[in-house]
Amino acid sequence: MTARIGIVTFPGSLDDRDAARAVHLGGAEPVALWHDDARIHGVDAVYLPGGFSYGDALRCGAIARFSQVMDTVKAAAAQGMPVIGVCNGFQVLCESHLLPGALVRNAHLRYRNRPAALRVETDRTAWTRLYEPGSEVVFPAKHGEGRYVADEAVLDRLEGEGRVVFRYLDNPNGSMRDIAGIANEAGNVVGLMPHPEHAVEALTGPSTDGLGIVGSVLAHLSEGVRR
Amino acid sequence: MTRELNVAVDTVGVADATPDEKQPWAELGLKDDEYQRIREILGRRPTQSELAMYSIMWSEHCSYKSSKVHLRQFGEKNPRTPRLLAGIGENAGVVAIDENIAVTFKVESHNHPSYVEPKQGAATGVGGIIRDIIAMGARPIAVMDSLRFGAVDHPDTARVLPGVVDGIGHYGNCVGLPNIGGETYFDPCYQGNPLVNALSVGVMPRSRLQSMQASGAGNIVILLGAKTGRDGIGGVSVLASATFSESGEGDARPSVQVGDPFTEKLLIEVCLELFDERLVVGVQDLGGAGLTCALSETAAAGDGGMHVDLELVPLRAQGMEPQDILASESQERMLLIVDPAKADEVLARAHRWGLLATAIGTVTGTGRLVVDFHGQTVVDVPPKSLADEGPVYHRPFSEPNDLGLISVDRAETLPRPSTDEEIRQTVLDMAASPNLCDKSWITEQYDSSVFGNTVLGAPHDAGVVRLDERTGVGIAISLDGNGRFARLDPYHGAQLALAEAYRNVAATGATPIAVSDCLNFGSPEDPHVMWQFERAVTGIADGCQKLGIPVTGGNVSFYNQTGRDAIHPTPVIGVLGVIDDVARRIPLGLGRTGDTIALIGETREELSGSEWAQVVHGHLGGVPPKVDLDHEMKLAELLARLAETEQLAAAHDLSEGGLAQALVEAICHSGLGAQILLPEGADPFTYLFSESAGRVLVVIPRGQELAVRTACEQRGLPITPLGVADANTDGLHLRDHFDLTRDELEAAWKGRIGARLGE
Repeated sequence: MTARIGIVTFPGSLDDRDAARAVHLGGAEPVALWHDDARIHGVDAVYLPGGFSYGDALRCGAIARFSQVMDTVKAAAAQGMPVIGVCNGFQVLCESHLLPGALVRNAHLRYRNRPAALRVETDRTAWTRLYEPGSEVVFPAKHGEGRYVADEAVLDRLEGEGRVVFRYLDNPNGSMRDIAGIANEAGNVVGLMPHPEHAVEALTGPSTDGLGIVGSVLAHLSEGVRR
Repeated sequence: MTRELNVAVDTVGVADATPDEKQPWAELGLKDDEYQRIREILGRRPTQSELAMYSIMWSEHCSYKSSKVHLRQFGEKNPRTPRLLAGIGENAGVVAIDENIAVTFKVESHNHPSYVEPKQGAATGVGGIIRDIIAMGARPIAVMDSLRFGAVDHPDTARVLPGVVDGIGHYGNCVGLPNIGGETYFDPCYQGNPLVNALSVGVMPRSRLQSMQASGAGNIVILLGAKTGRDGIGGVSVLASATFSESGEGDARPSVQVGDPFTEKLLIEVCLELFDERLVVGVQDLGGAGLTCALSETAAAGDGGMHVDLELVPLRAQGMEPQDILASESQERMLLIVDPAKADEVLARAHRWGLLATAIGTVTGTGRLVVDFHGQTVVDVPPKSLADEGPVYHRPFSEPNDLGLISVDRAETLPRPSTDEEIRQTVLDMAASPNLCDKSWITEQYDSSVFGNTVLGAPHDAGVVRLDERTGVGIAISLDGNGRFARLDPYHGAQLALAEAYRNVAATGATPIAVSDCLNFGSPEDPHVMWQFERAVTGIADGCQKLGIPVTGGNVSFYNQTGRDAIHPTPVIGVLGVIDDVARRIPLGLGRTGDTIALIGETREELSGSEWAQVVHGHLGGVPPKVDLDHEMKLAELLARLAETEQLAAAHDLSEGGLAQALVEAICHSGLGAQILLPEGADPFTYLFSESAGRVLVVIPRGQELAVRTACEQRGLPITPLGVADANTDGLHLRDHFDLTRDELEAAWKGRIGARLGE
């Protein structure tokens, strides 16, 4: 039986269809989850897609944190369920304190859409298990508020614990230490700004490197985190 | 901030009792005979609300009163095609893609608001065109835009351009639609009148096509979406100040509306749910002219009448009077006509998405549009008199006096670069010029990949979007205009824009099937402008008839003029094509090393109206390049065939800047170099910079040269081998003439827009 990956739709979520396609192409079954419904229907993992949840009211991701579904997702994450947040999903994870730090306005103050070359820094997360550490991938990056910031102690700790998951090769937004994506201590929760779900078909994406994200979580679900 | 409502509402009863009350019809833009006609229609003087509604619906913007007599040509000359499911007069044209899927698309202007308040003006332009697409029953799947600004180094351009781009990006990105291309040009004639033409395209199952009819007496009228405020009340503020001047300065609100893409995104999702569940009888978007337009158009399209209780409309400003509510252009609203048995379900679905939905009236059998405000009737009119029976002008038109002189002032006689070094430098100067340089500073501010179906986006000749993952069927769209050509000859200039958009679609391997146009002109009160308009419309209508593709809708924007100075006539043409399998689309570039580079089409000495004449000489004169639509049809058929057989590695339309620019773009895009040998006897300057129409640069994979040549010869299309794509060549090697390294080309072509805006 194939794994079921829940994809949350908040009002203003935009990449939920793309995430569903990526999950499907990656060999798992996408399951639609609704922001205002605490039930997650027994899914094995959760994908928080990009977009402008709640119209970016207050701050990106700030309102989504209080949604019914996030209560359940937070509890499940604490129990080890794999959760990934991409773009706005990453912002939601930071606002929900599932990941440290914050995503603020790009240093150049503009929304910018460009393919981003990234280095995969670790395979010790539920979502990057199949990538070779040090390998390069290309995912589209498209955001106005993607500059990762945290205080020095947090950054040092992330580096020291091997929790920087993706790093920009050509930093597009002024993120501290070129950080594009990070994980929690257990490695089951990952957030990143660039979009792996837009890199799953040669026809429409800059690469097919994003297929490894769902592949990794499937491997993780059957075998556990690489230690 | 609230204004006391210290004057009794002007009801139908009051109007009956006070027939001689002085009314500000002239300030609202109505003419004496038009005001008298309103009185005849009603058999009394109009109420304030009615006067506001007539002045809006009979305005140029809503009634097309100056353009109608010419636009009829589209209907008369449109080729008949079984693909056309809905055409001119609907919110947007709908064309069938196959037995299951239909596509709807339309281009519309938001020029004046984008000059006054660039960000919100452009943003609400995008929002408005998206709602037209929803109103047909389709899911919007992409946007595109055609932009014109004044001189790139004019200080005001640094205000307008970044604002417009921010507005288009902000709205499109937040509402979740990929921007798949478009065009941006600079010319001093647009200094005080920038053009923002936004296109949207949507897809639907053919069975989901919606109607704007308010039919079936007893059906409920529901207003869905944002609350109604004072924004965008144009004419009515004149009315208010003329009538209530004693109350002080009144409400000074910006006349440009403010867009909320988040609400629009919810509107899309709610409307599509309602359509899929067959919960609505009719639907109309609220755009320019707000409720006035939506109520009168749905009522006029239906078979009866309508009764509305205006106090039920949810407001976000206090003290709004009925005419304010009727005229408000608050964004992100839709009007739904719903069976009463389904009304609760409609309200519940809207609520689930957090969207406001309110029953504000009912469809009646009276044949009248009646609007009450707190029980008092403020409007009682025959709806067709508002929506369909507005004034029609036969404005005088005459050829501009200077056209004869301009046509003999040919660019072909201008001094040209003569040495190889001069031509080499001209290639760089042209690549760096505002109209030809890389536009990624703009396009990178737009999401291009959301939905995951964008197969080709900017800077390809046309945007290509997959519609069906199972079959691979997709569409291609291009949006093109050339005001310089149209200034020299509006008939052929419009046809050149049509031919270019048609060719751009064909260059991706798609087959063109339909047209939408946005006609940007100066004041229709100027007979010379009216002549340009008549010529351009006739050119498009004749051209579409010849090409066998119908005009499915569009928009007219007049009064793009400051004082006596009108913009160049700028018809912008959107062409939609269909491609059976998007995997076979032809991209931009140079293919693989060793592939053959060739030119299909004939290069003549045609430099008048060209970018070279503009960049080097600041010159506009002569006659534009020749249009040959028979040739364009053969070329399009050839390209579709070669896409199907996968015999082309790349293709690129030749337009502004000619062959030189096409090579620069292909090289910069591909990462390969090009070795080029011009045909024997060809004048290098003419060959590189002429803007002859009907030409496409193609890249032929090794082993396919003979087959492609034969396919061209069978169709009587001239093909000229020019050279090879080569990984070992650094940039452009023009044998016997000069070399340009990749670094030189990229330094000239890239980064110019940001640099010119002071970044």
